[in-house]
Amino acid sequence: MSGAASRGRDRSLRWLRRAVMFPYAWLLLFFLAPFLIILKISLAEPVVAQPPFSALLEWGKDGFEGVRATLSNYAFLFQDGYYGIIYLSSLKMAAISTLLCLLLGYPMAYHIARQPPRRRQLLLLAVILPFWISFLLRVYAWIGLLNNKGVINDVLIWAGVIDQPIQLLYNDFAVYLGIVYSYLPFMILPLYANLERMDLDLLDAAADLGARRWQAFADVTLPLSVPGIIGGCLLVFIPAVGEFVIPALLGGADTLMIGRVLWDEFFVNRDWPVASAVSVVLLLLLIAPIMWFQRLQGREHGGVS
Amino acid sequence: MSEPAAPLIRIQGVTKRFGEVAAVNEVSLDILKGELFAILGSSGCGKTTLLRMLAGFERPSAGRILIDGADMTDVPPYERPVNLMFQSYALFPHMTVEQNVSYGLRKEGVPAAQIRERVAEMLSLVKLESHAGRKPEKLSGGEKQRVALARALVKRPKLLLLDEPLAALDKKLREHTQFELANLQYQLGTTFVVVTHDQDEAMTLASRIAVMHEGRIAQVGTPGEVYEYPANRYVAGFVGNINLIEGRITERADGRLLLHSDALEADLAVACDDPSGLDGAVTVAVRPEKITISREAPAGGGRNVVKGIVRDLGYFGDQSLYRVRAKSGAIVQVSAQNLRRSAKLTVEWDDEVFLSWEVASTILLRS
Repeated sequence: MSGAASRGRDRSLRWLRRAVMFPYAWLLLFFLAPFLIILKISLAEPVVAQPPFSALLEWGKDGFEGVRATLSNYAFLFQDGYYGIIYLSSLKMAAISTLLCLLLGYPMAYHIARQPPRRRQLLLLAVILPFWISFLLRVYAWIGLLNNKGVINDVLIWAGVIDQPIQLLYNDFAVYLGIVYSYLPFMILPLYANLERMDLDLLDAAADLGARRWQAFADVTLPLSVPGIIGGCLLVFIPAVGEFVIPALLGGADTLMIGRVLWDEFFVNRDWPVASAVSVVLLLLLIAPIMWFQRLQGREHGGVS
Repeated sequence: MSEPAAPLIRIQGVTKRFGEVAAVNEVSLDILKGELFAILGSSGCGKTTLLRMLAGFERPSAGRILIDGADMTDVPPYERPVNLMFQSYALFPHMTVEQNVSYGLRKEGVPAAQIRERVAEMLSLVKLESHAGRKPEKLSGGEKQRVALARALVKRPKLLLLDEPLAALDKKLREHTQFELANLQYQLGTTFVVVTHDQDEAMTLASRIAVMHEGRIAQVGTPGEVYEYPANRYVAGFVGNINLIEGRITERADGRLLLHSDALEADLAVACDDPSGLDGAVTVAVRPEKITISREAPAGGGRNVVKGIVRDLGYFGDQSLYRVRAKSGAIVQVSAQNLRRSAKLTVEWDDEVFLSWEVASTILLRS
């Protein structure tokens, strides 16, 4: 209870408080601030200038003259059915990709989690190994594989399975393949983290109480892995909705995804306000599932009512 | 439990090998119906493997296990009339107490009305009716233990296995739970097999104990038999405190062996009806509480009397523990009940004392 000791404690508390502030500062600087800029642009009007949008706050000779904001960009999004279709199409493609990732990733994560520790490390390494190569390169590599004159068609023709190359590239199939391939690790890792933690005594207990293996899986493993499933699905779904590179490189002209629309609005039409409105709406669409997940987790940790 | 009981469980020549190592080696054991049987051993002695084979999680490499006359060797755990209470309790964290307890009945396909009835009955037996709707994380350690017990018992198994049932409880709760468990077993008449490393737990709970050592059964007997008549050196040392004394046979009187211990510089006597196979050096043992400690030489005795100096003294109120050093440096442990009320001890540090014990208290260890 000496003064020196309590001063020491005060100092370490102060440091702790600062350390806790750091993530907030980070989020403020790199997430909230850019978002506010985008939000501001989405309320502006497009002009032929540099930057290509009107200012939000007007300053005259006498200083501040007023706020000039318009919701016309949002109105445009809603009136033009085209955007609605693209949002839905993006959500659908992301949802199907997420489901495919889950169906592929769950058995893989389960298998890895049940291996002896050393093999587990090896298999996990294999899962994250693709990250060592640039994402862009890996997507380009798929072009080489899926091309009409690509490896897959060549092999199939050589083996006599087909005599005409099948169209594998520049369609929705290629986009699904690309998304599932690229995002599978984001599904496996949270699922693995969850399944690896599971107390295997619980499965023995279920068997002891009369459950067959598949029943024990359905009654115990699956419900307990729900947080991992949700985590993995969000990690795949959210970036997949706004994915640009994969549909741009592997998709066809009729592949409708919001990421390409954003690109077109920004760089082809140079309509920054509409492009910003598109991304704000996208963000709002994605916030809903995140908040739902947060609540679910909060309930899990907060205990039962 | 005076009625003649039939063996419910017959473990016949069971061996379990993991690679080269035999975790359980040629174990044969009969456990009677209605018994509270304990398998006692230190960690790695094979007791858990034996338990897992009884539950059906491991398949014996050799031998077979019969339960109520039926060969269980190839029967999977979900079809055995056996339930296990896990050391970790293994309660399903996403289910309420009631859902945990009813799980086994639901898997069995018992009609819903009956499930409700039996679960309620079980919960009242373990005094948890008011906690039926809670999740395990909201329960105390003792409550979790009772849920685990209820969940295992609700299926009315022929055999209930308990893996270190009291290990996760704190000391006060243990003593209480120990008696409750024995009581419950008596009420239900279910055969209990408790696996434990804790000799106190085994001694107080069980009607019979099997001591396991290195995959084999070292001794089977009542707590009294195991404590007072240990079959070998391992059991003698593992169960309770004991003084092991090496001796040289000097004379074979009828029904007795007379020995000399160089370490204690004393002549000893031990009862022995069949001295065949014994020659030269033998090991005898004495429990600390069987030894009388005194500052005066005992009258009339030359045998089983050791002279020494008190090197250590532990006062526990009800009893005192002494470590007495003989001239050669060998230490003998003695415990004495403090029967008379007195703040002053009759034997103190550095006192020269005489230790003596009866011939009948001396244990002859043949292996």
